[in-house]
Amino acid sequence: MLASPVFVPPPTPQAMHIPDGFLSVVVSIVFWVLSVAVVGYALRRVNRDLGERQVPLMGVLAAAIFAGQMLNFSVTGGTSGHLLGAALATILLGPWAAILVLTCVVGVQALIFQDGGLLALGANLFNMGVIGVAVSYFVYRTVQRLAGNKSWSVFVGGFAAGWSSIFVASLAAALQLALSGTSPANVAVPAMAGIHALIGMGEGLITVGALVFLYATRRELFQSDQTRQVGGAVVWIAGLVIALALTIAAPFASSHPDGLEWVAEQKGFIDSVQGPLYKIIPDYALPGISNTALATILAGILGTLIVFGVALAIAYARRYRQPRSAPNTQ
Amino acid sequence: MHHTIEVEHLSFAYPDGHMALRDVSLRIEPCEKVALVGPNGAGKSTLMLHLNGILRPTNGIVRVCGMEMQRNNMGRVRAAVGVVFQDPDDQLFSPTVFDDVAFAPLYQGLEPVEVKARVDQALAAVSMGAYRDRVSHHLSVGEKKRIAIATVLSMQPEILVLDEPTAGLDPRARRSFINLLRDLDQTMLVSTHDMRLVQELFPRTAVMDNGQVVADGPTDSILNDPALLEAHGLEKP
Amino acid sequence: MHVHFLDPYQPRSSLIHQLDPRVKFVLALAFILAAALAPIGAWPVYVLLFSLVLSVELLSELGVGYVLKRSALALPFVLAALPVIVTVKGTPLAALPLGMFITLEGVERFTGIAAKSWLSVQMAIVLASSTSFPDLLVAMRAVKIPRLLVAIVGLMWRYLFVMADEAMRLMRAREARSGHPAQPGARVGGSLAWRARVTGGMAGNLFLRSFDRADRIYAAMVSRGYDGEVRTMPLAPLAPGQWLVLTIGLGMLALLVIGGFLFWG
Repeated sequence: MLASPVFVPPPTPQAMHIPDGFLSVVVSIVFWVLSVAVVGYALRRVNRDLGERQVPLMGVLAAAIFAGQMLNFSVTGGTSGHLLGAALATILLGPWAAILVLTCVVGVQALIFQDGGLLALGANLFNMGVIGVAVSYFVYRTVQRLAGNKSWSVFVGGFAAGWSSIFVASLAAALQLALSGTSPANVAVPAMAGIHALIGMGEGLITVGALVFLYATRRELFQSDQTRQVGGAVVWIAGLVIALALTIAAPFASSHPDGLEWVAEQKGFIDSVQGPLYKIIPDYALPGISNTALATILAGILGTLIVFGVALAIAYARRYRQPRSAPNTQ
Repeated sequence: MHHTIEVEHLSFAYPDGHMALRDVSLRIEPCEKVALVGPNGAGKSTLMLHLNGILRPTNGIVRVCGMEMQRNNMGRVRAAVGVVFQDPDDQLFSPTVFDDVAFAPLYQGLEPVEVKARVDQALAAVSMGAYRDRVSHHLSVGEKKRIAIATVLSMQPEILVLDEPTAGLDPRARRSFINLLRDLDQTMLVSTHDMRLVQELFPRTAVMDNGQVVADGPTDSILNDPALLEAHGLEKP
Repeated sequence: MHVHFLDPYQPRSSLIHQLDPRVKFVLALAFILAAALAPIGAWPVYVLLFSLVLSVELLSELGVGYVLKRSALALPFVLAALPVIVTVKGTPLAALPLGMFITLEGVERFTGIAAKSWLSVQMAIVLASSTSFPDLLVAMRAVKIPRLLVAIVGLMWRYLFVMADEAMRLMRAREARSGHPAQPGARVGGSLAWRARVTGGMAGNLFLRSFDRADRIYAAMVSRGYDGEVRTMPLAPLAPGQWLVLTIGLGMLALLVIGGFLFWG
């Protein structure tokens, strides 16, 4: 098979797609609800603004971002930089369509390539799709306005948007991990922030590279009003708020992990309240089962029996099938 | 009045000012099969895009099946004129072959049972019935081109407009494609560089160059006019 | 030259392959939810979940080795949870420098996270490898994901391969131009920034082609009557056998989760 050294086929897990098992059910559900709400609104807006061309345009651009994510370049030794594409999508399509495009990309990455979990998808969508897009929009439009919309602001804004979208999204991911009790804030935040401050540079560079090319070949893409939509004000404010909130909350959380412990304790408190409600079967009624070690062994035996049973059934079915296929082998 | 293409004094300029068509007039009778030849940039594709209303004339009139193009009859126009573009990857955009061929009848508002019947008919007409549930990406160019025609046949058009149908096909696929075209009985306008195809299948040829129709008549007389061929960058097969 | 390796779907005639994609999708999600809900320390539940997913892997004829190998690729993230073994307070097991202790609760928690993650990823792999993409689109429609999104995903997948082919061609062209100079010692490969810009240029190229491609697809869609609305064939109703499988599967998972909460919640 053709294997270009730079074209790395998935699955190559990126550092920001959180797998299943790492986020608590509560955190997962909360972010699912948030993502569904935002994506739902984006759908309505895009319907209104893009009309007929929306489906082919967003579909093909989603494909380009997906394919673009597979183009990587070696940073040092084993690591490589990937493109996320939130900034590019936002600059080229406007925030609402960009949210939809990234939703499709991140969703398919999770479903087909296990890049990020399925329960955790709500949080991943929110981090990369919503936060990534909102922050990109905020940074890009601000740079443009500050520079009076001069042509160089496209590239500076693009770099800044690329970098900040990655960086701020990673802060959100770190806080989600901390809130879930998976990784303490004073480890998760610096680690994610540090890694993504670097990865963000790659994102910024690739974003600029792509913008340079597109600006030279199809300047009309940058003169459209796509990045100045009526609903854009909402996104701009959201981007500002999110970026501020996370860049303040993250270092605070990492230096005061007790704060998040307080949250975890509350969760533990809730758990303990629910505990007695579920202990319908008192321990003494089923001796032996209450002994976890014994129960685990029993489960192990039961499980092994199940698996063996299935394997036997398959082998038997195959043997049964074979005599019928023999006559076909002439 | 059915099955006709009537183009009268059609002129068209692109937004950047480039005049792609200058006073083109063409009339194609029901069930005629006409080849459209000429160098690249002559305006052949631009003309074809006018035949189902994707482009609107800057000047002049385009009528298909007696209908003049208007906002309220575009649905009927597009159902009557099946345009097959050059790159099959642009036309096979659905997850499966079935979905692609079902697209047109679905948008015509047909019931699911009818849609399925149309799909089966169209695939049978191009001998691709076995490919119904396949994913189009893994098919060869020849297979994709046949299915591209099926995607348009399923609307049961009266007129077929094909842009470079044999481009990129190897000899075997090309031969089988020519046989397919021979068996279709719709009115046909086919733009091509393949002069042997023109000679074999099309009794009438129109030559375009520089946005104009410079010759229009029986294929034999056109192909036997060396001065004409040379002037417009064509070669005798 | 085709990019086939992108598609993880492995056609087989197994029982799992024959299951209705909607049932598979829902059961896979339910399994992942069950794994997430299983309380920390409820080892029997984890063991039974593992035997469940192993059985499914066997039934799918994908090969247990295949699934386990692919699942290993998603696991490095687990290292991110490693600090938990020292930060969760509880009965100390071992002492570490800097006054930190590995606690029993911490190890339990870490193992729990790793188990949940590993179980979930295995099931996700079986789902993706045993269900063709068009079938997955059907499943998405069935769980009421908006038609516009499903349509975009469908187009994205279709043109992903086209784009990947184009990207490969761009990279081969780049390779063909990336000769090494005759004299040794010269710096090869250009600077990082240059490489990033070249890569960015290739990304830009892909985007450019997308815009042109989207225009042509739109023309093709319009030529066949597209009016902006997403229209699809209606979904066939679920066969009774499929409902049965769905109910049994959900029932088993619910039992496991409830059992887990009853005894280890």
